[in-house]
Amino acid sequence: MIRYLSARSLKNGLMTLLMVIATLAVLTPLVIIFLHILKMGASSINLDFFTQIPKPTGETGGGMANGLMGSAIMIAMASCIGLPVGVLGAVYLTEYGGNRLSTVIRFSADVLAGIPSIITGMVAYTLLVVPMKHFSALAGAVSLAMIMIPIVLRTTEEQLKMVPGTLREASLALGVPLWRTTLKVTLASARTGIVTGVLLAIARIAGETAPLLFTALGNQFWSRKMTEPMAAIPLQIFNFAISPYDDWHRLAWAGALVLVVIMFTLSLAARYFGRQSQAR
Amino acid sequence: MKRKSLFGRFAHGDTLFRWITLLFAASILLILLLMAMEMVKESLPSLQRFGWDFVTSSEWDAVQERFGSLPFLYGSVGSSILPILLATPLSVGTALFITDIAPSKVGSIVAALVELLAAIPSVIYGLWGILVMTPWLQQTVQPFLIDKFGFLPLFQGAPYGVSMLAAVFILMIMIIPIITSITKEVLLAVPIAQKEAAYALGATRWEMLRMALLPYARSGILGAVLLGLGRAIGETMAVTMVIGNTPQISLSLLAPAYTMPSVIANEFAETTSKLHASALMEIGLILLFVTLLINVMARLLIWSVTRGSTGGKA
Repeated sequence: MIRYLSARSLKNGLMTLLMVIATLAVLTPLVIIFLHILKMGASSINLDFFTQIPKPTGETGGGMANGLMGSAIMIAMASCIGLPVGVLGAVYLTEYGGNRLSTVIRFSADVLAGIPSIITGMVAYTLLVVPMKHFSALAGAVSLAMIMIPIVLRTTEEQLKMVPGTLREASLALGVPLWRTTLKVTLASARTGIVTGVLLAIARIAGETAPLLFTALGNQFWSRKMTEPMAAIPLQIFNFAISPYDDWHRLAWAGALVLVVIMFTLSLAARYFGRQSQAR
Repeated sequence: MKRKSLFGRFAHGDTLFRWITLLFAASILLILLLMAMEMVKESLPSLQRFGWDFVTSSEWDAVQERFGSLPFLYGSVGSSILPILLATPLSVGTALFITDIAPSKVGSIVAALVELLAAIPSVIYGLWGILVMTPWLQQTVQPFLIDKFGFLPLFQGAPYGVSMLAAVFILMIMIIPIITSITKEVLLAVPIAQKEAAYALGATRWEMLRMALLPYARSGILGAVLLGLGRAIGETMAVTMVIGNTPQISLSLLAPAYTMPSVIANEFAETTSKLHASALMEIGLILLFVTLLINVMARLLIWSVTRGSTGGKA
């Protein structure tokens, strides 16, 4: 009996050890990559990075200021399209849903979120770049919006579901019509949770490269027009990483660090808001 | 009178609001439909010209306008199946560690770390892959493999660094956080009574995990793995940067290869002819079809576990 038990607990200990080893094996490469980005990025970054555009090949120095601005413009544009659609779409699912259509929409949103991002780029290309006859920031923003919509929709829906029904009822009982109740009560009380989802969605599209390859295309210079090719940080990282020049590699590392810092700030902010919404 | 018109306006507002939100919600379906329609329409010239040859021929020649996608299909299958095989046990082990082995503080730190690392963009993994990992593979790992296992067809040829092996490594690193975090969600959705029942029968922790937890969560874990597979197949930037972009079919893991998303990323902005663009669209169509199928299956499996749970989270 004792023997039998000890064989079982031996196996238990062995499997526990294996799981600990698996966790270490998973975390090690991830942490190595992360520390490497920090190290290379910190030694590559300087003020020029934020104020100058890339220098022509052969010259050292330069920065990614145009990419920073381009990314900001396209993310803002994509949010203008993606946020209202995602948030109000979620309102339909929670406030009017409950039918088969809303299950189909919910399911499709999950599926859409798994479609490779390069495909949204191809679709934006045929819908916008081909008719307009040149690559444009607008097409880039639209392809980013297509990635953003299902994420915002699903996270907002989760938040709206958590708003107690009694809040809605209280407002309706006061004679406030449903649409105003939804805007002023339901959405307002889920506010912090929705912000969390939005921040995560922005963090996601900030690093997207594939959908921009043949929509925004990238630009070596400043560009402010939505109808023209525009630079973006992820595109610049890609182009500089595959180049043979050390100085461009340096810029790519700096860009990677900036991107990682932006994304981590966004996720930390999202966590902060997420905690707030849970505390309430 | 006035009162009535006021009510009329409210009723109107509600109907209008309902329709607006419905329109936005339905945009999800519109986007999916639009994707499928556009891709089919744009692939038609290539579909009509090549028919089934498109997936059986391995000739890819933009000058002669002969397009066969077999090398890309091969590259995509190889570079997604192998990482899945390597990543699945590690991910499930880590998820179990987070939910059931580690003290809850440690577990939540590991979980947060995994989430954060899942958010690092693909292009940054690619940057690390091309500047750090491939030189290391070329100078250390691949010569070792050739020296010790060179008799196997898997490890023949010269050490280029950029190779199928590099793509397998980078994809494995990238999909582990995804599989881990979804598996964790699935495990948390398993009713606590399942575990308690096993413990009450005198099971050790491992026996509880193996006999009560894992069987219950099995379909959800399978869904998580499928989701990782879909991600690996569609992954573009990191793979493009390390796989070598050579349209060839080689059994050797050390040889450069090419995948479906990579060829689109490299050639789509600079197509030489209508047919070339159409052929790339058809590759995109295949990619869309495959990932749609995988994602639908994955979501059905995951929903089957997490939806039944009464847990307020998720």
